Amino acid sequence: MVPLSYYLVLSGFLFACGVAGFLIKRNIITIFMSIELMLNGVNLSFVAFAAHWHALAGQIFVFFVMVVAAAEAAVGLAIIIAVYRTRETLNVDQVNLLKL
Amino acid sequence: MSVHLILFLAFGAVAVAGAVNLLAQTHPINSALSLIAVMAALAGEYLLLGAEFVAAVQVIVYAGAIMVLFVFTIMLLNAGVEECTQGSRVAVLFGIPGMLLGSILVAWVVLRHSGTEAVLMGVLPGQTKGWGDPAAVGELLFHDFLLPFEITSVLILIAIMGAVVLASKPPTAPARKVD
Repeated sequence: MVPLSYYLVLSGFLFACGVAGFLIKRNIITIFMSIELMLNGVNLSFVAFAAHWHALAGQIFVFFVMVVAAAEAAVGLAIIIAVYRTRETLNVDQVNLLKL
Repeated sequence: MSVHLILFLAFGAVAVAGAVNLLAQTHPINSALSLIAVMAALAGEYLLLGAEFVAAVQVIVYAGAIMVLFVFTIMLLNAGVEECTQGSRVAVLFGIPGMLLGSILVAWVVLRHSGTEAVLMGVLPGQTKGWGDPAAVGELLFHDFLLPFEITSVLILIAIMGAVVLASKPPTAPARKVD
């Protein structure tokens, strides 16, 4: 038997790693992957609470989070491709103008 | 030490190692592969919690579809090792202590104020007959959450169209007529 708090600590650590990656990383694709890591950390706490309260709605929320993550990945990677086409760089420090 | 705790610690160690490796690596393809390891370990955690269908969807959608999209983009754009700039040094200066502070704060609050011994759980597949299996999830999804489910399909459609519009080549200017 595993206490609920262990799952929440793991979830919090994954979320913190995602935030740190978002701040540290300079590559736009890695920053995007850090966002996915944060979503995964939140999903873990959703499933843990669903198991704790025996509320299946928590698992349904995980599905919706996954759907939003998939849509976000598709649109975000398309935006990254468009940015790379005009700037020819993936470094976010060099993408600081709205218009070239 | 029960089997649940051992399995939880094993999967959790893989997830933590993958998350730290994502931060440590400088090449995006290495970060992507460690993120896949994190997602696979989380699928194991879901299985441990009795959420069998969520675990399957996690592997298929997250580790399968989304990460393949990421790896394709990395290879398409020929992403190399990220270069270190002034801004990234400032970000490291604030990001690492911020991460440590945040995770220690969460761990302290959760372990201190939640009564860890009161909420024991963790089920192996098969023990929860009819709880987290696809039939129960599907019944809930198509009865109580039918409207959000349908709205989700519209969201996916818009995302597909947006991706196609954004990633397609900009139209070339029409050739000038030579007079």
